Amino acid sequence: MITFMNNSDSEEEPCNERTSLMSAESPPVPSYQDGLQASAAGEAQAHRKRRTGSSRGPNNIVDGETSDSDVPVRESTLENEEEEQILKYGAKHVIMLFVPVTLCMIVVVATIKSVRFYTEKNGQLIYTPFSEDTPSVGQRLLNSVLNTIIMISVIVVMTVFLVLLYKYRCYKFIHGWLILSSLMLLFMFTYIYLGEVLKTYNVAMDYPTLFLVIWNFGAVGMICIHWKGPLQLQQAYLIMISALMALVFIKYLPEWSAWVILGAISIYDLIAVLCPKGPLRMLVETAQERNEPIFPALIYSSAMVWTVGMAKPDAAARGGSQQTWDAAEDGRENHRSPSHADSQMSETRSPLPTRPITSLEELGEEERGVKLGLGDFIFYSVLVGKAAATASGDWNTTLACFVAILIGLCLTLLLLAVFKKALPALPISITFGLIFYFSTDNLVRPFMDTLAAHQLYI
Amino acid sequence: AFFWLVSLLLSSLIWFIAVKASDPQDEPLQKGLLIFGVMFSVLLQETFRFLYYKLLRKAIEGLVALSEDGCSPISIQQMAYVAGLGFGLMSGAFSMINLLADALGPGTVGIHGDSQLYFLTSAFMTMVLIFLHTFWGILFFHGCEHRRWWEITAVVAMHLAVSGSTFCNPLYVGSLVPSYLLMAAAAAWAYLLSGGSAQNLHRFLLCK
Repeated sequence: MITFMNNSDSEEEPCNERTSLMSAESPPVPSYQDGLQASAAGEAQAHRKRRTGSSRGPNNIVDGETSDSDVPVRESTLENEEEEQILKYGAKHVIMLFVPVTLCMIVVVATIKSVRFYTEKNGQLIYTPFSEDTPSVGQRLLNSVLNTIIMISVIVVMTVFLVLLYKYRCYKFIHGWLILSSLMLLFMFTYIYLGEVLKTYNVAMDYPTLFLVIWNFGAVGMICIHWKGPLQLQQAYLIMISALMALVFIKYLPEWSAWVILGAISIYDLIAVLCPKGPLRMLVETAQERNEPIFPALIYSSAMVWTVGMAKPDAAARGGSQQTWDAAEDGRENHRSPSHADSQMSETRSPLPTRPITSLEELGEEERGVKLGLGDFIFYSVLVGKAAATASGDWNTTLACFVAILIGLCLTLLLLAVFKKALPALPISITFGLIFYFSTDNLVRPFMDTLAAHQLYI
Repeated sequence: AFFWLVSLLLSSLIWFIAVKASDPQDEPLQKGLLIFGVMFSVLLQETFRFLYYKLLRKAIEGLVALSEDGCSPISIQQMAYVAGLGFGLMSGAFSMINLLADALGPGTVGIHGDSQLYFLTSAFMTMVLIFLHTFWGILFFHGCEHRRWWEITAVVAMHLAVSGSTFCNPLYVGSLVPSYLLMAAAAAWAYLLSGGSAQNLHRFLLCK
């Protein structure tokens, strides 16, 4: 979803129809979105998913564009320039998203291929109660479909709950929930992950060192994500968290259920974001009505935003709406940490004091980044990780899924540029990924293997 | 890269169907099917290259229409290069990556009487293919741009020749040498088409 945020409401008259979806004076947070989805994962606890959409804030044509004098004359040039800038920055934004998605996938694939722990079957989550160890194919299929139904309904319930919380402004609750979940994620999962990696490479580490390392990692992570921090560190933490979540999913979701869940979730994403009564769409609209950034948490943003010359204080930029949504069943849930990219960014990167709006001259360059929900990261990584784990030892399948997902992401961003509203990021990529996974595994692999055996090249 | 992947998918689909429909015990038939599969795949790859060209053409027109001064930010030659590179990289990755993964593990090359140079020759062959794909991309797009069909057929013929030459493996001299020669020829041709000349090269080498 791309929403364009204009910081100055005096110019950009011509952009009004495009900016009608978002409020004119919004804080540096361009909204976005694709399906919002929050997920909470717990070691053996409830998982909740949240999806967030990707958003793209195209560049606000603004560099150098000055006041709104002679607007009509400049309207057409403005629009042209705007479009060109959009395209240029659009391409840049696509690249800015490729890198983190690729990094996340690389981390997941590397872990899966090297650490045995994540491919061993050690039980299932309570959200997928039906086992897949059944003798007949039909039974297995039925079980996986039932698992999917349960999982998806949990997600729907959680999403609706979140929307209600947001509507009734229970910010503190959401805030607390979020902190709890990111705490669990940052400490517990990292501890387990580190333990497994050390076991795999047979490296000894004493408890004090371990404690020190994990404490530092977790503490810095909490600060970076929930408060302020350097942008790149924050992005790195978000990527790591998404990778950890994805690894948990890969480990605890049984095979067929995982694939069916991936498919079902992209359909759900589509419905939730695009239908008028969909929870995610309502969330987006509510946030827009209130001029608040929608869930700065749980969103990965690659933006670098300099907001200059705003008469209005950056009120909305404040993380009042730091919603994160936790599936606190027994308070033992982990949630994806929110990515408070925007709020932090506005704080760390507004070097200039606000100036009265009358002397509105140039707005500095506002380079809005792209936003992609962490749920999308997680599911992309789950797909690629599952491909790496379960394809018959084949790297081709993994590579094919990877390319398919990136192309899907590209297409989604393209659609975003065309439609300029919230779009789900999952469906296209996951569809491509699934098609390529199954076809590469079954069709291409024998072909390539035979070719390689004879050393033939095509 | 995506387009190459799709072409690979379709060609392996065809091959798979053919194999399943035929007798697995019949050796020459299987070999024949394999050859057929390879040739078909080559043709399909070139078709997809053409389709990709069409897509890029439309994209360039869109970019030109949007830009202020009537020229697009990226030229068709750059696109040709990138397209060729994408094809090449994907093809190379698919050829090599399983090999590399296996190379990390234990084992002896050629213990069953196969060639000991398997890894080396695979590496060289992959490299030459990647280069070739890049050059073919440039030649192909140039041919499409200027409507010179003979260039396009030359590219297709070269591709078929290179793939065909790999049938000589493990007689490596039969496959590597012609491929490298073809690569040199394609390189020179692509260089000339992209505006280079002997003079440029001369100046470049002498760092003027």
